[in-house]
Amino acid sequence: MSFISNLINGISLGSVYAIIALGYTMVYGIAKMLNFAHGDVIMVGAYISYCASAYLGFPPALSVVLAMLVCTVLGVGIEAFAYKPLRRAGSLAVLITAIGVSYLLQNIALLIWGSNPKAFKSLVTFSSISLFEGKLIITAESIVTVIACVIIMVALTAFTKKSKMGKAMRAVSEDKDAAELMGINVNVTISLTFAIGSALAAIAGVLLCSAYPTLQPTTGSMPGIKAFTAAVFGGIGSIPGAMVGGILLGIIEIFSKSYISTALSDAIVFSVLIIVLLVKPTGILGKKITEKV
Amino acid sequence: MDKGKMVPVPSKAIIPERDLDKTPILETHHLGIDFGGLTAVDEFSLTVGRTEIAGLIGPNGAGKTTVFNLLTNVYQPTRGTIMLDGKSTLKKTTEQVNRMGIARTFQNIRLFSNMSVIDNVKVGLHNSIHQPLFASITRLFGYKASEKKSRDEAMELLKFFNMEDMADHQAGSLPYGAQRRLEIARALATHPGIILLDEPAAGMNPSETAELMENIRRIRDNFQIAVMLIEHDMNLVMNICEGICVLDHGKVIAKGSPEEVKSNPKVIEAYLGKKKEAN
Repeated sequence: MSFISNLINGISLGSVYAIIALGYTMVYGIAKMLNFAHGDVIMVGAYISYCASAYLGFPPALSVVLAMLVCTVLGVGIEAFAYKPLRRAGSLAVLITAIGVSYLLQNIALLIWGSNPKAFKSLVTFSSISLFEGKLIITAESIVTVIACVIIMVALTAFTKKSKMGKAMRAVSEDKDAAELMGINVNVTISLTFAIGSALAAIAGVLLCSAYPTLQPTTGSMPGIKAFTAAVFGGIGSIPGAMVGGILLGIIEIFSKSYISTALSDAIVFSVLIIVLLVKPTGILGKKITEKV
Repeated sequence: MDKGKMVPVPSKAIIPERDLDKTPILETHHLGIDFGGLTAVDEFSLTVGRTEIAGLIGPNGAGKTTVFNLLTNVYQPTRGTIMLDGKSTLKKTTEQVNRMGIARTFQNIRLFSNMSVIDNVKVGLHNSIHQPLFASITRLFGYKASEKKSRDEAMELLKFFNMEDMADHQAGSLPYGAQRRLEIARALATHPGIILLDEPAAGMNPSETAELMENIRRIRDNFQIAVMLIEHDMNLVMNICEGICVLDHGKVIAKGSPEEVKSNPKVIEAYLGKKKEAN
């Protein structure tokens, strides 16, 4: 029974990673940059929903919507002020800027909310499910997280595959210049990608803090890095890859925590990444790029 | 926009007689671009009529593709003006210039090769299909109607090129000739007033080239737009182009009908002469 319970916890944690990884993978796919500040957008999302429900008395759903709105504006703002001026600059300059933005967000959060961890009250209000006479308990948070992840994944796949803006996004990610010559506004398309990624980050932040209820300015950084790992693991640039990578990573993390060692779990997670990249450098679902000669 | 601005009209411009009473679709005046100290294109003045098939020829490295990049604002010109449909394209972005009515294909095929054939055309339709972001996300509020319109229009274009049965194939998996046709279909989807074809016959065998010539004529007749092409295949150029402009070392050395250009000694020296020797 503990095996199944671990598996469920792993899938649930992995679903959070998957939602965060989507932000990394979409931004990478379209702007060819690693937005290391993405993890901190999660933290901001969690703080916003915390404040909305703790101080303003917002109902859970409304506080999530508010967090999504704030994070969308934040994500688009970060892109406009920090990354857009570097559109033609080298990838290292953008990477370092992203790390700078990450620290900026953490320190602003430190100024506003202080360094003391806040106890995040779970926004999932219904109770856990108890099966097999209490031997297997599935928390309500796990259920909500997994369902949210599946809905997001299906909606996002439909959006990018079918809709007009989704097609524009795929076109920009394949060939920016050709897309521009087809009359597609590349800047708007990139902003939209940041908007979607950041809104998802807000959801991930709320889900993460509902399951692991300590909130502090550095809350987002470790899940952010792990989700980035998940994105690379699944094949960066691929939406289903983010899902597969995220869930596998979550399962590996929980299993190594409960069967091997809590202290070593992160080391194991990142070792898995190294091994996968050695065997399959493009990630599990990444496309192999063959160069035509 | 300042209203009273006067624009020079080229006195020596030639366009087909049937287009005379309409504003030329494309006019350039003294267009030039420098890369560092190097002048790639200089004093490029050209007028293309509404339904003209125009050719831009010249030896390798003459600056032909640079002209196309200038016309689509991929490069910002150092000097001169471009009037597209009577409006200046100065300071416009590539995407805005496309919306003003210019579309192009590329010397090396640049399809969205991981997307399906029909999706490539639908990307071209981006600005003519009305689908608010809200509708895209919710898949409601006219989403279905707009997707159907986009699909119908894309299929129409594919039919025009006999490609309707390939609609769901991956663009990158198509044979070379079909990829070339798809690139033209995608450009046409943006509803241009003029389409620029950069070496459309490159790598084609004689029968494919003949089909291409036929297609270029059909594009002009069916859509009533102008076509401007860069091409090395002299047979194709002399056959279908009404006006030809010859470029050498970034400068126009001759302009005129195929006959005039053929007999121009400068052209023979710079271009056709070499070709005769080779044959």
